[in-house]
Amino acid sequence: MKYVDEYRDGALAKRIAAAIAAEARSDRRYHFMEFCGGHTHAISRYGIEDLLPRGVRMIHGPGCPVCVLPVGRMDDAIRLAQRPGVTLCTYGDLMRVPGSDGSSLLKAKAAGADIRMVYSTLDALKIAAAEPGREVVFFAIGFETTTPPTAVAIETAARRGLKNFTIFCNHVLTPAAIRAIMESPEAKRGEVSLDGFVGPAHVSTVIGTAPYGFCAAQYGKPVVVAGFEPLDVMHAILMLVRQVNEGRTEIENQYIRAVTPEGNRTAQALVAKLFEPRESFEWRGLGEVPFGALRLREDYASFDAERRFGIVTVPARDNPACDCGAILRGVKRPADCRLFGTACTPETPMGSCMVSSEGACAAHWTYGRFRQHARAREAGVVEGASA
Amino acid sequence: MNDQTLPRPRHRRLDVRTGRVELTHGAGGRAMAQLIADIFAPALANPYLAQGNDQAAMPLPAGAAGGRLVMTTDGYVVSPLFFPGGDIGSLAVHGTINDIAMSGAVPLWLSASFIIEEGFPLADLQRIAASMGAAARDAGVPVVTGDTKVVERGKADGVFVATAGVGLVPAGLELSGDRARPGDAVLLSGSIGDHGVAIMSSRENLEFETAIVSDSAALHGLVAAMVAAAGPSLRLMRDPTRGGLAATLNEVAHQSGVGIVIEEEAIPVKPEVAAACELLGLEPLNVANEGKLVAVVAAEVADTLLAAMRAHPLGRDAACVGTVVDDPHRFVQMTTAFGGGRIVDWLAGEQLPRIC
Repeated sequence: MKYVDEYRDGALAKRIAAAIAAEARSDRRYHFMEFCGGHTHAISRYGIEDLLPRGVRMIHGPGCPVCVLPVGRMDDAIRLAQRPGVTLCTYGDLMRVPGSDGSSLLKAKAAGADIRMVYSTLDALKIAAAEPGREVVFFAIGFETTTPPTAVAIETAARRGLKNFTIFCNHVLTPAAIRAIMESPEAKRGEVSLDGFVGPAHVSTVIGTAPYGFCAAQYGKPVVVAGFEPLDVMHAILMLVRQVNEGRTEIENQYIRAVTPEGNRTAQALVAKLFEPRESFEWRGLGEVPFGALRLREDYASFDAERRFGIVTVPARDNPACDCGAILRGVKRPADCRLFGTACTPETPMGSCMVSSEGACAAHWTYGRFRQHARAREAGVVEGASA
Repeated sequence: MNDQTLPRPRHRRLDVRTGRVELTHGAGGRAMAQLIADIFAPALANPYLAQGNDQAAMPLPAGAAGGRLVMTTDGYVVSPLFFPGGDIGSLAVHGTINDIAMSGAVPLWLSASFIIEEGFPLADLQRIAASMGAAARDAGVPVVTGDTKVVERGKADGVFVATAGVGLVPAGLELSGDRARPGDAVLLSGSIGDHGVAIMSSRENLEFETAIVSDSAALHGLVAAMVAAAGPSLRLMRDPTRGGLAATLNEVAHQSGVGIVIEEEAIPVKPEVAAACELLGLEPLNVANEGKLVAVVAAEVADTLLAAMRAHPLGRDAACVGTVVDDPHRFVQMTTAFGGGRIVDWLAGEQLPRIC
């Protein structure tokens, strides 16, 4: 595959791995957080951990929109879909996310709610145009990358005079979440070892690299914005190791093939025209994040499902045994959770990190759980067959 | 009374060009007899079906003594009904034959039940029946008995086909999913993911164009060549349909209580399939196939078997993709082309409904 295979070259990977191994100091450890679930997925899928020296550890961050969506918002979506006359259009990975009381969109659909899986906002628009008698709601979710397409859909709906199209807005912001991680009680107490961040390239194609400046200036942590191919990730890790070794805290750009410091001004302007920051929005795992999410501006209120249907989110408690929160903050690893691999698997997810393939738990379960057993064997633990 | 004086009802042929299936076509009356006579009988024609009874009577085949009969049943609900490289009719024949063949059996006879939605175009039904007949003739495995039901509009989606198949395993051959042993070789008959991507590319809501056609094919010829080459050293065969190669390998690992280690670079994937999967966020390992098989074989005959597979048109791209290992966790692990290791897990949730 042209333009893809080049970034998955195993021979080149070995060379970068050798460079990381040579440059990483043996007298210290390196803890880097890949913020984005896309990176988590790439690291797990290509087995990148096997190519890193022992002293370099990757921490999976909260950059998976499905994972950070609080249960209360999932409940809102399920209730919305159950309203007569409403058609809820959603991306497939939200279908199985558990709401309160074991509910989910998949179960609501089976019970008769009109829920349709779509691949893009435009599919939802098509449905709205084709079925004027239905209230078509698009379950808008995602980071800065997916917000411009939602904005385009709304502008298109406005231009076409589609009165039956609204969005349930759950767009969230990356820099605010990184700040929340640095401001978490554990981070402040120094319980989270964190030497730098791998930043998501696709987000930066929109916002640029400049918005991460605070990370270096205020918290002294380097950021390398990196692409999602495995070689991109390896390269970014090498760049972070070098920054740490040289005592630099800079915002660097590994994804020069698409990211600029200022980002996509047109997309930014469009998003600013339609959306405004919410003063506060709950993130699963991070709690209330100030200015961490977007809502539609008053001028576009008629496209806002929250306003049209009078949605008031009731906060819902996570399963108390579920460690998703601590995992999303980098405090715990998936295997530290009591539910991991026992009560909670991708087939029966208890927490959101197990639902999306980009979630830290799902990635570890699906691709990496053999490492646990390998580690246990090395530690001399006698193990039997798994249940 | 003289019969000659009575007016005879005129036999009106089915209007296949513009007609549609009506509820009466499933009611057991004259309309149903006509549907069978005009559409199914000519398409599937063979002496057993021509007996016209509620059951087909077949003589025991030569070699039956000492051998074992195998039987399978299968349902087909694929959407869309017609896709690049096949349709529900040919798919039903190939899929059923393959289920039989994976035991090492020679497939003998098939049955087919049609559950048709009221309003379904007769022309499409005829096309499906013709394709089913052609597939059965090509394979040399006749559809010897059948059934037709019609349900009200909205109670089915076009046509569903349910089949059964019977085959004969030669004496001395015993293939089973629990027979993989550490050290065995894992062979794959060709590229993976073709069927799933072909179906996806023809789904209305996806609308992407690709030259990929389904790999739907009857594998009993390839199986016969493999049995001849490896005989009792063959441990098991499976066709990786829904859930793809990943599901098949996990099934084998679980049934046999072993681990399997595969090499990503050894697994044939067509570039177009890889590209489509990349676009759709799919893993080729999880995508369905309808004309591929996985064989586990004693290591010492792996090369002989691989050569025999490659000599058959349906095994031209066959490859040895992995090894069976001792592992109490029964993990299927893969060395990625990138150089790392990972698990190859069952697919969680539903990747694509109604793929076959």
